[in-house]
Amino acid sequence: MTEASGRQGDDPPEGRTPAAPRGSGPLLDVRDLVVHHGQLRALSGISLTVYPGEVYALIGANGAGKSTLLRTIAGLHRPTSGSVSYEGRDVTGLRPEKRAAAGIVMVPEGRRLFPSLSLEENLKVGASYARKGPWNIERVYELFPWMKERRAQQTAQMSGGEQQSVAIGRALVANPRVLLLDELSLGLAPVIVQRIYAMLPQVLSSGITVLLVEQDVSQALRVATHLQCLLEGRSMLEGTPAEVTRAQVEAAYFGADVASGEHPPETPPLADGSNALWPGSTPSSRAC
Amino acid sequence: MAWVNAIVQGLLTGGLYALFACGLSLLFGVMKVVNLAHGDLATVAGYIGVGIIAVTRVPVLWSIPIVVVLMAVLGYVLQRSLIQAAITRGELTTLIVTFGLSIIIENGLQQFFTANSRGLGVGDSFITSSFSIGSQVVIAWFNLAIFVLAVVVLLALQQFMTRSRYGRLIRAVADDREAAQLSGADYRHVFGIAAAIAFGTVAIAGICDGMITTISPTIGTDTILLFAFASVVIGGLGSLWGTLLGGVVLGVAQAIGAQINPAWEQLAGYLVFLLVLVIRPQGLTSRGAAA
Repeated sequence: MTEASGRQGDDPPEGRTPAAPRGSGPLLDVRDLVVHHGQLRALSGISLTVYPGEVYALIGANGAGKSTLLRTIAGLHRPTSGSVSYEGRDVTGLRPEKRAAAGIVMVPEGRRLFPSLSLEENLKVGASYARKGPWNIERVYELFPWMKERRAQQTAQMSGGEQQSVAIGRALVANPRVLLLDELSLGLAPVIVQRIYAMLPQVLSSGITVLLVEQDVSQALRVATHLQCLLEGRSMLEGTPAEVTRAQVEAAYFGADVASGEHPPETPPLADGSNALWPGSTPSSRAC
Repeated sequence: MAWVNAIVQGLLTGGLYALFACGLSLLFGVMKVVNLAHGDLATVAGYIGVGIIAVTRVPVLWSIPIVVVLMAVLGYVLQRSLIQAAITRGELTTLIVTFGLSIIIENGLQQFFTANSRGLGVGDSFITSSFSIGSQVVIAWFNLAIFVLAVVVLLALQQFMTRSRYGRLIRAVADDREAAQLSGADYRHVFGIAAAIAFGTVAIAGICDGMITTISPTIGTDTILLFAFASVVIGGLGSLWGTLLGGVVLGVAQAIGAQINPAWEQLAGYLVFLLVLVIRPQGLTSRGAAA
């Protein structure tokens, strides 16, 4: 099955309520993106449109193609076909460093800090080709106050959550217009994830638009203004968190045909009685 | 006292070896390129010096900055074209490309300059004047000057790598090329700058070598490259001071070997090299290989 089926993301965003005034055009426009890793087709025609001020969440299971999509938008993968437009300009062929300098900055999966550099040097590298804007190293120290005292330390000695914060800081000092966050929660305890996501309001209020990838669906729904669910390189569901039901998300996540209205399969329960998609979540914690 | 003299002479020679080696270490540390043409680049620099002095009649010492700039530009261009193309095709390709470069350089030099050796005359008064400590330790001012120059170059390089924006970017790219790209850095440009520095340092070493002794088209591979490799391995990769230590250890070992028997000069150097490989394969400075 290679044709894209069950997609709902191709239509213009009717009923979409962008956070910014309606008059502004899309910041990021991805059209029919097909990406191969060698022989393997990782993305089969994904489209998405991100408006200024949004928090756009890409959710999906392992191997759904979320990270590939984000990396392609950042310029690290060349798509087989399809296009990526930024601020109305086609950037499909632009090198990753040019995109970063233009304002598409990614926090890569696994942090990817520079291990032989100190914390502050990591931030300085991030600021090397920065656009003009509100963020600088001092402001990152205000956002994460613990950093100032430990700025001379090598990041390899830091905890996963601290490293993730440094990676976010390194991206912020470049003054992105759109910040791509790849699996911030990966390998981190839930309480640490909460603490890291606490920086999001300040990032958004500085005018940065966020496109994020999350495996932790409840976390994604908590912060997102718009979401798209991927499965095996295809789009399964798109909408605002208010529009989609929990059953729809579960179906899209695990692969039932949502469009046909077929009953979604039981989600496998975890040993502690919570379930795979909503670990420990309560309905109120998912309210956006 | 003869032994002390041998050690002092070896130490001074070690500075020059470190100067040969630091560019080799930098290229490997940053872009994982084992530059088999590194020694020949030193020879090329020496011959460019010979050519510039013959044509423009500038004083010998003035030729150093000119040659360094020329070689740095050559390094950047060569990196952005030939070596980058090889890197894209894999690490083994860089080995073959630099090996080919080495052969081309040696044969090119033989074609244009013949196989005869040449020197860069500094002016007799400076090169022959010396001072002595005690009765047997005789230090030539010129050798001492080259040792000091080597230390100053390494110190400057160290400062550049730790304090400057491009030094930081070079270390970042060496750590994680892709993450550096995500911060807006074009790693190919950063590689080019690293290559320019490596070519510049080996140019200084090549001219100094031409002033101390003589250069001929084949010494690049026959001695310089081997001494540079030995210095890097003895000192440990990724540390500039390790490279200086490696050069000095190699120089002292050679001098002591020569003191025992003039035929053992090179043998003694390589014995120490093998000894370090067996006992401390990460090199004398414990930082280990660059990431």
